[in-house]
Amino acid sequence: MTTHTESRQAVVAGNAAIDTWHVLTRELKPVVRDPFTLIFSLVQPLVFLGLFAPLLIGQSGASTADTLQWFVPGTLVMIVLFGTGATGSNLQYEMMTGSHERTLVAPLARSSLLVGRACKEIAPIIVQSLVIVAIAWPFGFAPHLAGMLVGLVLLAVFGVGLGSLSYALALATKDREWLFWGVQQTLIFPLLILSGMLLPLDAAPGWMRAVASVNPINWVVQAERALFSGQFGNPAVLWGIVSALALAALGLWVGIRGIRRSN
Amino acid sequence: MSTPIIEAHGLTKRFTVKKKTTEAVVDLTFSVDSGELVAFLGPNGAGKSTSLRMLTTLIPPTSGTARVVGHDILREPGQVRARIGYVGQLTSGSFAQRSRDELVSQGAFYGMTRPAAQKRADELIESLGMGGFSGQTVQRLSGGQKRRLDIALGLMHAPTLLFLDEPSTGLDPQSRANLWEHILRLRAEHGTTVFLTTHYLEEADKYAERVMVMDRGRVIADDTAAALKANLAGDLLTFGFATAAEAQRAAGIIGQQTGRPVRHPEPTVAELTAPAGDALLPSLVRALDAAGISVARASGVPPTLDDVFLALTGRTLREAGEGEPAEVQETQTETQLSGARS
Repeated sequence: MTTHTESRQAVVAGNAAIDTWHVLTRELKPVVRDPFTLIFSLVQPLVFLGLFAPLLIGQSGASTADTLQWFVPGTLVMIVLFGTGATGSNLQYEMMTGSHERTLVAPLARSSLLVGRACKEIAPIIVQSLVIVAIAWPFGFAPHLAGMLVGLVLLAVFGVGLGSLSYALALATKDREWLFWGVQQTLIFPLLILSGMLLPLDAAPGWMRAVASVNPINWVVQAERALFSGQFGNPAVLWGIVSALALAALGLWVGIRGIRRSN
Repeated sequence: MSTPIIEAHGLTKRFTVKKKTTEAVVDLTFSVDSGELVAFLGPNGAGKSTSLRMLTTLIPPTSGTARVVGHDILREPGQVRARIGYVGQLTSGSFAQRSRDELVSQGAFYGMTRPAAQKRADELIESLGMGGFSGQTVQRLSGGQKRRLDIALGLMHAPTLLFLDEPSTGLDPQSRANLWEHILRLRAEHGTTVFLTTHYLEEADKYAERVMVMDRGRVIADDTAAALKANLAGDLLTFGFATAAEAQRAAGIIGQQTGRPVRHPEPTVAELTAPAGDALLPSLVRALDAAGISVARASGVPPTLDDVFLALTGRTLREAGEGEPAEVQETQTETQLSGARS
């Protein structure tokens, strides 16, 4: 019996890629079991789409279709900002209730616990984005198909980065939920406004535009707008991709450092 | 003689919080042989969980070394993790996950193939009586159901060494008995070594073959429960008489026969603590009879591990658990202590 167990367990050497896959599939299980949770978390972007977009239309005098063409890509980034940006609270809850500790005792590469979780974020981002696009479509929103596909990939990369940062924040704040939400809320609204997601920043004072120009989320929003309209040559696309990749690299680096120190 | 499955040398853990250093565990040195069932017994904050967390690679020791299932906890934590099972104090299952899903995921974490993990999960669901809730999310389970899932998760990969941190905390007596049935069966069938912490006296007494008493970060006694009680505590013998005068005379005779101090909790009562009280009681009754003192009542109460703890530290387990800074990991069990002893 002992030798049998030994031989089976000796295989486990902490292969980071395989471990990441196992963590990812575990994280996806609740989503697959109960996909409606994804729809519930769409309430906020839907509120903005239903109650804020009409204001924009009234204000600008532009057509509904034109306004949606401008507004919907930003809404998709908003899904990531509010949904994925808060995902660290799930890890924080698992740290407090005990299941995180269990995974720390399992023979998994520490990095896989973070990377697997961050990659899981891609699933709700894609599903929720497609739902929003489908809802906006009858009102005149006309996404460029290839542009939309590239846009979703960009959104996924951005989500992996932001999700990692959110997990890193959870790892740093440990059992202090108030601190996690305090930091998260303090950052999220300035980032939201300074991304030009809701209102154009053209009329903003110079200092605001200066800050926005170094806000990676602003570049991702602009890139999404260009992509959904099929403007692949727009320089914003390049800057959006650079921003998302940089954020993903930073997020994974900070997150993996955080999880390696976790105990 | 095989090599020990756990070998700890001078394990020490100091925590520094706000420039104040506390010694959670000091110079822990011991070894456990394969197949043993060992319990760390001690009050909250004694350092039991911290010791377990070092042995399971969750936290590094400040100093000292340990080998667990043949591998160094610091140099080869991955090898240690692959070979041990660990059931922590809190809930092992993620609240959003379904019970069976967690078991299958756990199998994958330990390198099992999907069919093997599913087969093993179903075996455990069957044997731990989890069929009624294996499809439910963890957040909907009762305390006892959660604990059964925790144990099942710890057993998924059939570890040769199982660590259990306060396994029966929060369980009703029925579930606690069930849990122990499973732990004992596991040992009988697979020869699994079981290492647990507990502050339930009865639990350590009844099930553990070896009890390591821990207090203030140190192991202060290490033996079988029976030997600890015989050597450190002794039975409480009580004699009741019709008059205080008889009790006084009896005390003289008992003192002579046993060479132990005799106390009078009431004027008509004489009592003493002595080893092998079951044999001593009838012989003392006969001796008093022969001296013309009629014994109205006599009783002998075997010692508990609490008496052992009292003899070792001058405090009862309950007193020790109160008014001391509990370890972070042990705070949640604070309230159970009084219940455990009632």
